[in-house]
Amino acid sequence: MKLAYWMYAGPAHIGTLRVASSFKNVHAIMHAPLGDDYFNVMRSTSERERDFTPVTASVVDRHVLARGSQEKVINNISRKDEEQNPDLIILTPTCTSSILQEDLQNFVDRASLSSESDVILADVNYHRVNELQAADRTLEQIIRFYLDRARKQNTLDRSVTSVPSANIIGIFTLGFHNQHDCRELKRLLGESGIAVNQVIPEGGYLNYLKDLPRAWFNIVPYREVGLMTAIFSEKEYGMPYISITPMGISNTANFIAHIGKLVNLWAFALSEKRLNYKLYVDNQTKFVSQAAWFSKSIDCQNLAGKEAAIFGDATHAVSITKILVKEMGIRVSCSGTYCKHDAERFNEQVQGLCDEVLVTEDHTEVGDTIARIEPSAIFGTQMERHIGKRIDIPCGVISSPVHIQNSPLGYRPFLGYEGTNQIADLIYNSFNLGMEDHLPDVFGGHDTKEVNTKSLSTDISNVNWTPEAESEPNRIPGFARGKARKNTEVFAKQNNMLEITIDVMYTAKERSSP
Amino acid sequence: MKTFETPTFECETGNYHTFCPISCVAWLYQKIEDSFFLVVGTKTRGYFLQNALGVMIFAEPRYAMAESEEGDISAQLNDQKELERICLKIKNDRNPSVIIWIGTCTTEIIKMDLEGIAPKLEKQLGIPIVVARANGLDHAFTQGEDTVLAAMTHRCPECNPHITNQQKEYPAKRVATDVTLNNKFMNKKEKLNRYSLVLFGSLPSSVASQLNLELKRQCIFVSGWLPSQKYNELPALGEGVYVCGVNPFLSRTATTSMRRRKCQLIGAPFPIGPDGTRAWIEKICSVLDIKPNGLEDRENQIWKNLSDYVQIITGKSVFFMGDNLLEISLARFLIRCGMVVHEIGIPYMDRRYQAAELLLLQHTCKKMKKPMPRVVEKPDNYSQVQRMHELQPDLAITGMAHANPLEARDIDTKWSVEFTFAQIHGFINARDALELVTRPLRRRSDFISNCRSLSKQIVDV
Repeated sequence: MKLAYWMYAGPAHIGTLRVASSFKNVHAIMHAPLGDDYFNVMRSTSERERDFTPVTASVVDRHVLARGSQEKVINNISRKDEEQNPDLIILTPTCTSSILQEDLQNFVDRASLSSESDVILADVNYHRVNELQAADRTLEQIIRFYLDRARKQNTLDRSVTSVPSANIIGIFTLGFHNQHDCRELKRLLGESGIAVNQVIPEGGYLNYLKDLPRAWFNIVPYREVGLMTAIFSEKEYGMPYISITPMGISNTANFIAHIGKLVNLWAFALSEKRLNYKLYVDNQTKFVSQAAWFSKSIDCQNLAGKEAAIFGDATHAVSITKILVKEMGIRVSCSGTYCKHDAERFNEQVQGLCDEVLVTEDHTEVGDTIARIEPSAIFGTQMERHIGKRIDIPCGVISSPVHIQNSPLGYRPFLGYEGTNQIADLIYNSFNLGMEDHLPDVFGGHDTKEVNTKSLSTDISNVNWTPEAESEPNRIPGFARGKARKNTEVFAKQNNMLEITIDVMYTAKERSSP
Repeated sequence: MKTFETPTFECETGNYHTFCPISCVAWLYQKIEDSFFLVVGTKTRGYFLQNALGVMIFAEPRYAMAESEEGDISAQLNDQKELERICLKIKNDRNPSVIIWIGTCTTEIIKMDLEGIAPKLEKQLGIPIVVARANGLDHAFTQGEDTVLAAMTHRCPECNPHITNQQKEYPAKRVATDVTLNNKFMNKKEKLNRYSLVLFGSLPSSVASQLNLELKRQCIFVSGWLPSQKYNELPALGEGVYVCGVNPFLSRTATTSMRRRKCQLIGAPFPIGPDGTRAWIEKICSVLDIKPNGLEDRENQIWKNLSDYVQIITGKSVFFMGDNLLEISLARFLIRCGMVVHEIGIPYMDRRYQAAELLLLQHTCKKMKKPMPRVVEKPDNYSQVQRMHELQPDLAITGMAHANPLEARDIDTKWSVEFTFAQIHGFINARDALELVTRPLRRRSDFISNCRSLSKQIVDV
């Protein structure tokens, strides 16, 4: 057992439900007790969804415990089949069903005999995978199911489209700014002369899935969801894929360069026309994206050498780290992710870009690390925003998990050239607000503010401050105050001093300044 | 619509949306100030709590998950040792006066013996451990509070008749012994000494003291509340103690206090709405053999204050999808306001505990010449939505899962969960209750009502 207050990634069935409810006309039936259909609330509120979430529960109650679900699940499936006639019904196991160990596959087999809809069992193990892994797995499972069937029925169209085209894989409901990213990606592809064959799963119809292999290649914008599908299509249908996230200027350029390579491979054979994207990238970088100019401008100069801490899912944390370090000259003290399953690649990607790497699912560890580092700004999830609030450090939200305010109505992509603008704003505003907040301190504005030690865990310091020394840190600007105080305490401890006087303070300052 | 004389009860499939009963943690940890709630279960529960409670999670809450892992499920790890380790950490970090274990579906299914482990650890750690099985297998939403309070009933000190007579023990009574009142009510007060009245149900402390005050006007002195603000201040229960519920979902607590603690239950309608509050006080008065004083005037005064809101809703129709068990009382109140209630969905209907409330509903319907609504137990949300398509109610009181989709289909909705968190009890808060009900009807702007359905689904697939 684990004592837990908060978690970054949800349980497995949430991932399955996100994929299921992203497709059109797909219904998910959860094998779960009353109250576990909380997903419907999340989707209805966070996404402000207008339509009923296509998820129902086949309720597990005392009777089910006593004698098994028997006909209940099957009845629920056929009822949904009659009522709403979905193309596919996904039976979704939850932690409860994984403990009950009922033969859900058997229910599925029996139900599919009588129902017009296709019925499958989501192949996810509650204890082994989290929300993101489950979503990845479920997406692959659905695609595999329909492609295999099309192949068997000989309805699969293997010819590639006449113009270059791509599938975008991994845009789905409750994803961080996914809708905006998708629009930006389409624009990016459109301007590069590439048609979008299909976007899955968001808004996709299962009937069209058989045309997936007609695209020249696949694009997986986020590492967390879609990679399995892309790898499967590469293996079975020989489709190449790009898993570079076009976030930030250099990543976007890299992304387009890769597209160029893939397109020209085919273009040579099909249209004898080679496409050159160099000019396009150049123009976009210089004029559409303001980010390149921004990082040259004086504003950004002020940010040089400032410290930041980053935490989020693997995709966003890596990309933002790269942007901060390579494109804005900001020092990243710590970069971390909660995607433990992707730790190896994460390490490799941020290697050399930050002072320390943190891979954990424990938010107190993240909080304590941030408190120790005391960066000038944090870029993380909603949790880090709250950590920042508590220790008085500004935070920009760059990754799920998020609140409703991170489902903005306005256009806020993180990908592509417009995305670079949005990110630059986000970063600059975080730092700038921090400075603004400190200026009154510098001019002795809020002298009533108490010194805080800025630590999340209750760490009792056993050093005494004399009253004069106690008042001294108040004269130091707020943003540097906690650090000065801590440095002094560390210095005192190292030198076995039990009391901190003004003298000690200044000696400590002398020693620590470079 | 046909007018029914007696309420008709139906029971559907139970495919409805509601909160998991562990959500009671959210308001109970705030109510019982020195408590710590430990939810024993899987990630699914934790995810629910974290999302349902939104920002509260960041404010160093006094609740946490004991998250079971694969080793716990397959019994590779020893439950008692695991819980001991976790509770010890909680004791060191927070030092609560009581730890309340919330059993979930997981602990039910793997048959973790929480009730058996608790007394052992209690002895070991020196902190009381209360076990409440608030799981989604047996309960819905607010019934979670019922399981916790029922478990706490066992922890209330035994009522000693000698102490009650001295009455010095009870600050509530001491306040009442105002000098001028002293002589006037001497006779009555002697009668009072013979009983003690405990109210059960978790209410914000201001609402609780408002109800205390209402009863004090009738010279009835409340000797305690379950739950109390602090765990150590739990009220004394025992033979001869009268208990009365303030919420409709507390049937288990009522049963426990009657059967296990030999208390006498006052079965009254619930103090929701001015009509309910008056009936509640009257019932208590009649049981304690006290003539109610000035209640009618007070009720009329409140109705007068509500007239602007009543005007908005009178003649309009409402549909309760049902998820928190407050439905019968709210429907009764709204019918009294002149609304037509199409359907009262309710997760669970205890006809004995709610008998007085049901009777009042019946009288209210007759008095207001409104049809008796159908009461649907364990409703089926899908069928309900179909019925709503036909009935086109002016207002649907429903959970968040359906609120936005119904709004997009041009049915005004009120989120039902707000009724559990808002202050709706007593005379004073009747206005707040109506404020909630009328809000969706007040905010309608002409522009929005001009573009009818905003659903994206063209045909209803």
